[in-house]
Amino acid sequence: MPVKQESKATLKRVLAYIGRHKAAVLFSMLLALVSVASTLYAPVLVGRAIDCILSEGAVSFERIREILVQMAVVIAITAVSQLLMNLINNKITYTVVRDIRVDAFDHLLVLPLSYVDSRKQGDVVSRVVADVETFADGLLMGFTQLFSGVVTILVTLGFMLMISVPIALAVVVLTPVSLFVASFIARKTHRLFLAQAESCGEMTALVDEMVGEQKLVSAFSYEDRAKERFEAVNKTLEKDSMSATFYSSLVNPSTRFVNSLVYTTVAVIGALSVLGGGFTVGSLTAFCSYANQYTKPFNEISAVITELQNAIACAGRVFELIDEKPEEVRPDEKTLEDAQGEITFTDVDFSYVPDKELIKGLQLSVKPGMRVAIVGPTGSGKSTLINLLMRFYDPNAGSITVDGTDTTDLNRTSLRKSFGMVLQETWLKSGTIRENIAYGNPNAPDEEIRRAAKMSHADSFIRRLEHGYDTEIGDEGGLLSQGQKQLLCITRVMLDLPPMLILDEATSSIDTRTEIRIQRAFHKMMQGRTSFIVAHRLSTIREADIILVMKDGSIIEQGSHDELIEKQGFYADLFASQWKH
Amino acid sequence: MKIFTRYLKQDRARAILAPLFKMLEAAFELLIPLVMAGIINRGIGGGDRGYILRMGLLMIALGLIGLTCSVTAQFFSAKCAMRFGANLRRDLFSHIETLSYTEIDRLGSATLITRMTGDVNQMQTGVNLFLRLFMRSPFIVLGATFMAWQVDHRAGRVFLIALPILTVIVFTIMFVSIPLYKDVQGHTDRVLQKTRENLAGSRVIRAFGQEEREKEEFARETEVLTKRQLFVGRITSLLNPMTYVVINLSIAVIIWVGGKQVDLGILKQGEVYALVNYMSQILVELVKLANLIITETKAIACGKRVADVLSVTSSQQFPDEERGDLTPSDDAPAIEFNHVTFSYSGSGAPAIEDVSFRVERGETLGIIGGTGSGKSTLVNLIPRFYDATEGEILVEGIPVASYPKKKLRDMVGVVPQKAVLFAGSIAENLRLGNSEATDEELREALSVAQSDGFVSEKEGGLSYHLVQGAKNLSGGQKQRLTIARALVKKPKILILDDSSSALDYATDAALRVALREKLQDMTVVVVSQRTASIMHADKILVLDDGSPVGFGDHASLLSDCEVYREIYASQNQGEEVDAREAGK
Repeated sequence: MPVKQESKATLKRVLAYIGRHKAAVLFSMLLALVSVASTLYAPVLVGRAIDCILSEGAVSFERIREILVQMAVVIAITAVSQLLMNLINNKITYTVVRDIRVDAFDHLLVLPLSYVDSRKQGDVVSRVVADVETFADGLLMGFTQLFSGVVTILVTLGFMLMISVPIALAVVVLTPVSLFVASFIARKTHRLFLAQAESCGEMTALVDEMVGEQKLVSAFSYEDRAKERFEAVNKTLEKDSMSATFYSSLVNPSTRFVNSLVYTTVAVIGALSVLGGGFTVGSLTAFCSYANQYTKPFNEISAVITELQNAIACAGRVFELIDEKPEEVRPDEKTLEDAQGEITFTDVDFSYVPDKELIKGLQLSVKPGMRVAIVGPTGSGKSTLINLLMRFYDPNAGSITVDGTDTTDLNRTSLRKSFGMVLQETWLKSGTIRENIAYGNPNAPDEEIRRAAKMSHADSFIRRLEHGYDTEIGDEGGLLSQGQKQLLCITRVMLDLPPMLILDEATSSIDTRTEIRIQRAFHKMMQGRTSFIVAHRLSTIREADIILVMKDGSIIEQGSHDELIEKQGFYADLFASQWKH
Repeated sequence: MKIFTRYLKQDRARAILAPLFKMLEAAFELLIPLVMAGIINRGIGGGDRGYILRMGLLMIALGLIGLTCSVTAQFFSAKCAMRFGANLRRDLFSHIETLSYTEIDRLGSATLITRMTGDVNQMQTGVNLFLRLFMRSPFIVLGATFMAWQVDHRAGRVFLIALPILTVIVFTIMFVSIPLYKDVQGHTDRVLQKTRENLAGSRVIRAFGQEEREKEEFARETEVLTKRQLFVGRITSLLNPMTYVVINLSIAVIIWVGGKQVDLGILKQGEVYALVNYMSQILVELVKLANLIITETKAIACGKRVADVLSVTSSQQFPDEERGDLTPSDDAPAIEFNHVTFSYSGSGAPAIEDVSFRVERGETLGIIGGTGSGKSTLVNLIPRFYDATEGEILVEGIPVASYPKKKLRDMVGVVPQKAVLFAGSIAENLRLGNSEATDEELREALSVAQSDGFVSEKEGGLSYHLVQGAKNLSGGQKQRLTIARALVKKPKILILDDSSSALDYATDAALRVALREKLQDMTVVVVSQRTASIMHADKILVLDDGSPVGFGDHASLLSDCEVYREIYASQNQGEEVDAREAGK
């Protein structure tokens, strides 16, 4: 089978990771060699001992004692080498998993946002968690099993040839029959498993809808028809599972039968050879136990090879992640401190995808302390502007400056920390409410936290929770409503207000009465702070010093509310259609 | 456990035949070492070539019979297990369909889905394996010991000592490691969650410059996971070496004891070999048995969870269908609430408290209030999704509790907040509550719901196929279809639970006009956060934190109701501007 260039490269990198444990790997291989050899030597000793037990009065106990002492030594060697090998392999596997996983995760935090945005979250998560695991498990376990499997086959063959060449040849010829039977059944049943997987998928989809939306089903009295549909899918699933399960379960009995044929052949030829002379009963018994085991490593190896292929594919996916280019860090970048909040955009071009231009020749100049509202239809580039301000993305051309310094000359973290940001998407960490509010400043005293929560009107709902500020909010804020989550995000920013603010639909899930109260708080805070507000509610927009009207990626109008209404342009139209009723 | 026996009984014959055939196969397997002993003793010892060949044929025959038995057993067990799964799934599904909202809230949809799919599959696998192995493995372990005992009592004693030791080793290691593996799984989940959380929050994390802290936290979680994995690995690493030592030492002892017995003329060489052989057979089956027990413990745990669901009964009792004595009086109001209070089960504070109002037929009722003020809760009481804790709700003069379920649900059309559609054609979706509706009726409903336009533009129109989650429609389109779906039922009462949130103002207004003009007899309840959506209603109920704070029409509420005025003002500064502009 030709190995693709790609997997060859992957394999090399994998070996590099394992290479850190070179000594351990070599030792493990040595142990594998020892344990295989000693395991296979045991039946030879048993055979020799049986040869000493001929018949009544013809038992050589001295010889047996000698052999049994040898056996004890062999047993001890096998056990110790097996145990050590297991421990070493565990250590290597789990350490490699940890190393790669931490590497991958750390890399995630320095990758450009474009990577995170353009990929399905589940896919990236499975690279860091599942793929790393499969890869390390499959590769290391596969590697050692492959090695000991091959060694077992060779050593067994060697022992068998040593004892009797013709019988060994008989075993060698017959063994592939069992492998053939197994792979024949597996091939035939593959189609059945596909069918089973398909009807299983259908079942899951139906259950997902009918049970997941049982309230709807019940509201529309759809129960009986749902049952009918379910019954049909259930019947198909039963039938398909039956075929797949039954036919695949034939592998074991069939290979067992073929193996018993091998065993019988060995027994008969062996027994006849003993009569012919030159072959002992003990050798026969050793042979029989080999014949019993000989097919095992073959089956294992074929399983291991699939596993290895899988592991290499997973490794490729993990390395693909680790190889992604991180956000560029320049050694000469400056740190932004105590920003005044003067921001300019000069001839900024930007697009997410190369051939679909979005922002073209954007010009903007914001003086310190100005309140900027951004309005415009969906997809007009409002959030893109924020992405550029925070340097989540960098412009393709033109420049953005803060306090006169080009943002690309600034250290990203210092730039970002100078902005307080509240987005429409509420992200909270799993942990307590207190930890979440204090996210930007973990050492904030309790009074500060409470003060911020009072300002954002979150305090009252927090105190009503069972454990107040110490309530665990669970996975992705599970317990809280969207509005409550938004309040917490606002509190998080209010705790430690940076010199500039970005509010992207920050109050969209909060009811209008509360929103107005929060806005008053913001209003107070925003004094002297440059702020950018994306909003669709008029009250917010009207109070801005400057309104940017965006359409198709560029700012088509800017000015104060009154000026823009006067102008009778796009904003005036938008105003008329959206808010005037 | 009971749940297994209950469902296995439904297929008793196969459930008995499968393990029986498996046992037969095992019995034939146990004969092989004896045949081999014969070959060594009589064949080789007596120089009888014919005997050796005959025994060879016998071994092949035994193999063939074993194969037949085994295949038969696999067939019966597969059939039985799949039937078991199908029956259980069917009953579980039917049962879940009878549960009321309260139980669904308590159990959670996600749990119900995993129980229906994952748990039942696990149980099915458990049954299959059980039928195949629960007789075979113990039979071989005990059978080999018994055969050894038959061959020679002295050598048999070695088995009686080795067997308990092996059992203790295998089972201790298995049972110690299972909870540890669960623990490892728990830590893996935390690592997974941490990764997901970081991806979702990559903007916020960077905005707050907390990358280093997140890295540290992740490294810490991973380190804990690695430690646990190594720990459990150390324990399971013991299994093979330990059993290997016990088995092989026993073989050594058997050779020694066997040698003595041969020396005394009690045994022959072949029998010593048979004893060695029986010893080797034990280990394989013992490990299988331990694995079987692990699978079965899991299956039993799943069985418990499934049985839990089956034992939950609906907290609501509905009168039988076909009750004839329901004669609504024609002049009774469409909906009437008398001092209704409702608390969700398990939560102390009432979600709505002491609500009373009445809506006449053909009227429109608007319900407004902030998030969490109890609007949705209130409307959920009308079709009796929940039972009021106190007070009474009447629909057309009759308490909702007196209606048969289907009758009441057919009378009330609900458009829920979340616009959910099923995979299937648009027509199939619209017919959810009324399978008899004609295409003409569907089109009428679509036209009222302002959706005839976009539906006719879709390929195939009514037969346009919606994928799961209706991802091939926009939010507004989905919402309009859910409205049409409720209209197809031709309900007497239509409830719109904040269901125009994804519609633009123009469509929302057109929808209101169409409802008023085309369906004059229908009573409409509109829940909204926007005053614009409800200000034209005949009556408006204002809720604040679960309590009614105002009831009346727009004009009277504006003058009497503080909360209403505040809500209205917060949303309508545009009009003030408008007025100001006009005044210029």
